[in-house]
Amino acid sequence: MQPRPVAVDARGWGWRHADRPGFAVSGLDLRIEPGERVLLLGASGAGKSTLVAALAGLLGDEEAGEEIGELRVDGRNPRDARGGVGLVLQDPDSQVILARVGDDVAFGCENLGVPRDEIWPRVREALDAVGLALPLDHPTSGLSGGQKQRLALAGVLAMRPGLLLLDEPTANLDPLGVAEVREAMAQVLDRTRATFIVIEHRVAVWADLVTRVIVLSPGGGVLADGTPDQVLRAEGARLAESGVWVPGFEPAAPARDRGATGTPVLEARGLAVGRERRVVIREGIDLTVSASRTLAVTGSNGTGKSTLGLTLGGLLPPLGGTLDASAIAGGLPAEPHRWRSRDLVSRIGSVFQDPEHQFVAATVAAELAVGPKAAGVESAEASRRIDAAVERLRLGHLLEANPFTLSGGEKRRLSVATALVTRPALLVLDEPTFGQDARTWRELVALLSALLDEGSALVAVTHDAAFVDALADDVLSFDLPVGAR
Amino acid sequence: MTADLLTPTAGPQLIYRINPVAKMAAAFLIGLGVLLSIDWVSASVALACESVLLFWAGVPPRRLAIRLSPVLVGAVTAAFMTALYAPESGASYLNILFAHVTAGSIELATATFARILAVGVPAVVLFLTVDPTDLADGLAQVLRLPARFVIGALAAVRLVGLFIDDWRSLERARRARGVADRGRLRRLLSQAFALLVLSIRRATKLATAMEARGFGSSAPRSWARPSSLHRADVVLMLIGALIAAASITVSVATGHWRFLGT
Ligand SMILES: Nc1ncnc2c1ncn2[C@@H]1O[C@H](COP(=O)(O)OP(=O)(O)OP(=O)(O)O)[C@@H](O)[C@H]1O
Ligand SMILES: [Mg+2]
Repeated sequence: MQPRPVAVDARGWGWRHADRPGFAVSGLDLRIEPGERVLLLGASGAGKSTLVAALAGLLGDEEAGEEIGELRVDGRNPRDARGGVGLVLQDPDSQVILARVGDDVAFGCENLGVPRDEIWPRVREALDAVGLALPLDHPTSGLSGGQKQRLALAGVLAMRPGLLLLDEPTANLDPLGVAEVREAMAQVLDRTRATFIVIEHRVAVWADLVTRVIVLSPGGGVLADGTPDQVLRAEGARLAESGVWVPGFEPAAPARDRGATGTPVLEARGLAVGRERRVVIREGIDLTVSASRTLAVTGSNGTGKSTLGLTLGGLLPPLGGTLDASAIAGGLPAEPHRWRSRDLVSRIGSVFQDPEHQFVAATVAAELAVGPKAAGVESAEASRRIDAAVERLRLGHLLEANPFTLSGGEKRRLSVATALVTRPALLVLDEPTFGQDARTWRELVALLSALLDEGSALVAVTHDAAFVDALADDVLSFDLPVGAR
Repeated sequence: MTADLLTPTAGPQLIYRINPVAKMAAAFLIGLGVLLSIDWVSASVALACESVLLFWAGVPPRRLAIRLSPVLVGAVTAAFMTALYAPESGASYLNILFAHVTAGSIELATATFARILAVGVPAVVLFLTVDPTDLADGLAQVLRLPARFVIGALAAVRLVGLFIDDWRSLERARRARGVADRGRLRRLLSQAFALLVLSIRRATKLATAMEARGFGSSAPRSWARPSSLHRADVVLMLIGALIAAASITVSVATGHWRFLGT
């Protein structure tokens, strides 16, 4: 597996998405030598994903946006160098293409016209390199998040690219999945000489594997560039200020007086949850959610945490046991799933794992207005709340943008903001902090903390240990059922 | 319960080793023989031959029975309605209001029943035993359909399986956002629109993932899994043609042949 590593050159390069007034990336001057291993950092919305998509030749033509300056991969326009560049994205589900493991890995080779006799050895080698010891005809649909990411990596490796791009490959994974992918990547880097660029907000995961750190500035150009040591130690404080997660400069969480003894808001006894009638995913759950307290639900992917969140949020009926929210029901039945939608929105807010499911409007501004309007909040008060959330979550420059076109981190912040502005008595959040840079993380935690101080209760399903440290009063940990994985 | 349409179908039996294109061709030929004439003889001959063929090819009977039950229900219903309401001819057996059961209508009902089954059985077998990936391979390599189109369609099939999940998620999400109380029709319409938007998003993401792996480049594609017709495939297609010929011949010989109902 010895592809020829390629160089990356940017000269005054920039890109503006067609439907945006400002440039996502601008004034970029950069040379990455063949075989270098780069960690690409920058605040949320700084244009990291845009740059990586450009390098993979996926940005489209004049209709998609405006390009300035010059970007070269191996001395060529990236659109012509496709196939020599491999890209792994954040979302494990949207990268599976075919139904069988072997076929999925072979897909890229087929497209490159690699002769059949050569494809299968490459497939086996790639699967071996990422440590995915599955039969070639294993179905891809039942794989865990970490396995899917390694599958995507294998599919890319089999193409033997000279440039390997990873855009937040571990953001959606539980800690076990993160370790899996990082291990696989370390193994791969031992064998290949390919140039390597990875985007990740959490620096610690990749810091040992890279030889260079480049920080993009949200205003355009490069904020810092050098060896991990130089950049992370010498400039750590400044970078942390601009939103980069730097080990040793973790964002400070607001001080909270823990152990506030609020009144119970929601109580579950022997609760059984599941998405289908009669198909119980988890049972015997006992918990109490109280005003001014945070309950964190942690555990591996696929253990029913999100299903519990949906049930507590009144979006799925309980399959057994009792769920009692009479404290905030105000005369309605005790079980939240019996409430009408507009009664629900002012009492229990839910933030879904996938923010895209939740968008119902065409612009960010309209999206934020939906909840308060449904809850019957008076309009002056509504705009006051919206302005405050927009300000703190740095969404101000995006008010006219279509929610679907936001960057990963921006989408997450918008979905949290839409739930915050209805001031629910209980807020259920599924992975509230994924894709956040250090600064937006801090603001998010501060906002939630303020909400707690005002007497709301919080349930958060999360893999984020820092978040648990910062906010959780109680932790409910879901472990894997025996024999899984 | 995501209907995962792409989950590989496989088994040790002969039927799984036949090229999907050959299976389709055989089913098509048999169907043609049955559909050309509306009579009970040609359909029954085809049905009898199919049963023998299925037994010999090793289709799992339990799964077949389960999947076949809707076809069976449909066939019985259609036959019943035909018996009651078809134009009367010949001896009359029953006469209530508009329902006339006559010798002619019973014959037509039998024909309807046999024809639905004769066409339905091969269709269900195809559905049960054809793996979508193998079918795509066959369509592209055997029938030489454009690879871009075939592979694109194959990838899209997976998205169809996600529709049901997406629909439910959207339902919950809209409830959580406070916009789910509106009139039923308005709610359904706006949710359907949301599903459309989401599906386009998914399709775009999938297209990006495929492009990132070199799909749609100008380089000629190679095929990791060869798909070609072997002797067994040709034999199956011949059998299909034979069944069609037999059903037509017997029907004509016994004087039951009615070309397209004339
Ligand atoms: N398809 C698109 N259409 C319009 N604007 C877009 C599109 N994709 C991204 N943008 C905008 O371009 C800017 C840069 O986005 P990009 O996704 O590159 O940021 P990022 O650095 O990867 O952020 P994050 O860390 O949150 O993922 C953002 O303001 C974003 O809203
Ligand atoms: Mg990004």
